[in-house]
Amino acid sequence: MASGSVPMTPPLHDELDIVIPTIRNLDFLEMWRPFFQHYHLIIVQDGDPTKTIKVPEGFDYELYNRNDINRILGPKASCISFKDSACRCFGYMVSKKKYIYTIDDDCFVAKNPSGKDINALEQHIKNLLCPSTPFFFNTLYDPYCEGADFVRGYPFSLREGVPTAVSHGLWLNIPDYDAPTQLVKPRERNTRYVDAVLTVPKGTLFPMCGMNLAFDRELIGPAMYFGLMGDGQPIGRYDDMWAGWCVKVICDHLGLGVKTGLPYIWHSKASNPFVNLKKEYKGIFWQEEIIPFFQSVALSKECTTVQKCYIALSEQVREKLGKVDPYFTKLADAMVTWIDAWDELNSSGAAAALPNGTANGK
Amino acid sequence: MSLKIKESEVDIVIAALRSDLTAFLEAWRPFFSPFHIIIVKDPDMEEDLKIPPGFDLQLYTKSDMEGVAGATSINFSGHSCRYFGYLVSCRKYIISIDDDCFPAKDSTGVLINNAVAQHLTNLENPATPFFFNTLYDPYREGTDFVRGYPFSLRNGVDCVLSCGLLLNVADYDSPTQAAKPSERNARYVDAVLTVPIGSMMPVSGINIAFNREALGPALLPGLRLPGEGKRRWETMEDIWSGLCAKAVCDHLGVGVKSGLPYVWRNEAADGGSAIESLKREWEGVKLMEEVVPFFQSVQLQKTLVKAEDCVAEIAAMVREKLGPLNPAYAQAAAAMEEWVNLWKALGSQGV
Repeated sequence: MASGSVPMTPPLHDELDIVIPTIRNLDFLEMWRPFFQHYHLIIVQDGDPTKTIKVPEGFDYELYNRNDINRILGPKASCISFKDSACRCFGYMVSKKKYIYTIDDDCFVAKNPSGKDINALEQHIKNLLCPSTPFFFNTLYDPYCEGADFVRGYPFSLREGVPTAVSHGLWLNIPDYDAPTQLVKPRERNTRYVDAVLTVPKGTLFPMCGMNLAFDRELIGPAMYFGLMGDGQPIGRYDDMWAGWCVKVICDHLGLGVKTGLPYIWHSKASNPFVNLKKEYKGIFWQEEIIPFFQSVALSKECTTVQKCYIALSEQVREKLGKVDPYFTKLADAMVTWIDAWDELNSSGAAAALPNGTANGK
Repeated sequence: MSLKIKESEVDIVIAALRSDLTAFLEAWRPFFSPFHIIIVKDPDMEEDLKIPPGFDLQLYTKSDMEGVAGATSINFSGHSCRYFGYLVSCRKYIISIDDDCFPAKDSTGVLINNAVAQHLTNLENPATPFFFNTLYDPYREGTDFVRGYPFSLRNGVDCVLSCGLLLNVADYDSPTQAAKPSERNARYVDAVLTVPIGSMMPVSGINIAFNREALGPALLPGLRLPGEGKRRWETMEDIWSGLCAKAVCDHLGVGVKSGLPYVWRNEAADGGSAIESLKREWEGVKLMEEVVPFFQSVQLQKTLVKAEDCVAEIAAMVREKLGPLNPAYAQAAAAMEEWVNLWKALGSQGV
């Protein structure tokens, strides 16, 4: 269960990086201080690299702007989006930790129904450290949770579960709606606290939102590419969706689990629905082709690593979605570039990426 | 696409495994009284039932069952007697709740949910089995489909099965019950969600509702354990039935929901011992190891569009693939085949 307490020894404090994309400021970190203070932050500064983003005092962080991304990746920087929070995936690539938590800069600490502050990071860590159960649905949701278990009829051979690769959290207040829904329901707020974590079953796709997301970088990191969005691209607000569909088919193939549900954060800012509509417009039509594509993706037995799965996926994207729009051919290229860059930066002999503005906290 | 279910379209089917239904029916009276009720008495029970007056109800006892179903090989004893009620109902929707369950209330006595109304809401609103919505039921007030949910899938499909949950005594098998005798489910999860297509699940028959017209024959007395008893943790009949029903729903492209409503399940009044049951029922738990992979692999012919034909085909597959592994499966296949015959003879007209 989520609690508002700050743990004595922050779990995984030296194994987890918090990746935050920002173009504005990091004021929101003040509210998260009790929960984030002991963790290393990777700030990915989008937009104008000459602007200085002030990081609140006392946080241990590294910060990368566009100049850093270009310098570190060289020509491969083309795969990292500009003017879109999709650029956050650069942070995943340069991290040296096993786990990543990523959060948007308009997300704050939420309260649970008893009024206590929710330590979202702590709940994500619990979700990641606890197995998933993708092969058979447990009607009492997370069977490893205190006070719950597997229900009658659940095969014992499936009760060990599989490793959890992704923990997808939710949002109170401003829900993650697309532009058409925002336009029709501008005042709707998510006030329903659903006290559950559940595994998304094998073979089932879902819309993965990047606002409040944690994952095991060693298990699934290379698949967490957030695509080509923003400046110069025909589409936006599909970065996390794209990553989520790729991640899910690869997790299904490799026998890894994806969880959704707790923890909640408080999402404070509703983005402009007209701006959103322009960004999403093509995606709304394209997803009608994209979804059947992902639902029918088959990866061969030879795809035994995430990278191999991802490259195989990129070939199928090129072949099948390239016909929908030339964007997908570019995207397939970018997926390959991403894997090349990931492997280069993450091979055992790779030099450490040099950020801009590293400060050692307190 | 949401419809409105009329009270006259609903039967509440109660399997009476306890002779005194007074407390049960009085507790449910505010919720059951607008509806017609079918009570089916466990044919093994000798005592007369005590039923408070003032309900529109029809009672079936052993002799009624023999009169209607004739010389059938179906064993309606114990929890399976409810299937007789499903068979003879002539209404479109059925709600069925075990007789040791009560309206769920919080510690101050305030009603948590109206289980009857919630089941009907679940059946009235579409299900969304083809893509998972992270905000759960998108048709509920205050919520919707999230960003990234394909628009072509937002009409949903008919929901034909609503699986509710239990507060207090959760539906555990006997090993779990024996290991955690004092664990109680106190977690109220305020969600209804569609169980995705292709995902199998253990349906607990303790608190369910379904569209009898669409799904009826798929809820069936199939797998009977050799040591089957009267306590839920000594049975797998509803689990088997639910796997059948889910396979049929997936084939027909209709939906199954899980979550709300909750009912409050009491401790076994006779202080039943899970450990004693475990000695008898361990076989049942082991059977799931074969049963679940079987149902996960069921693929039905595209030409089958009615639930009874789907069930007949599944029965043939059970006979062929599982039959050789354990006599219980061959019996289940036979029961399913007999059930389809009974359903065709009686079930489609109602009695």
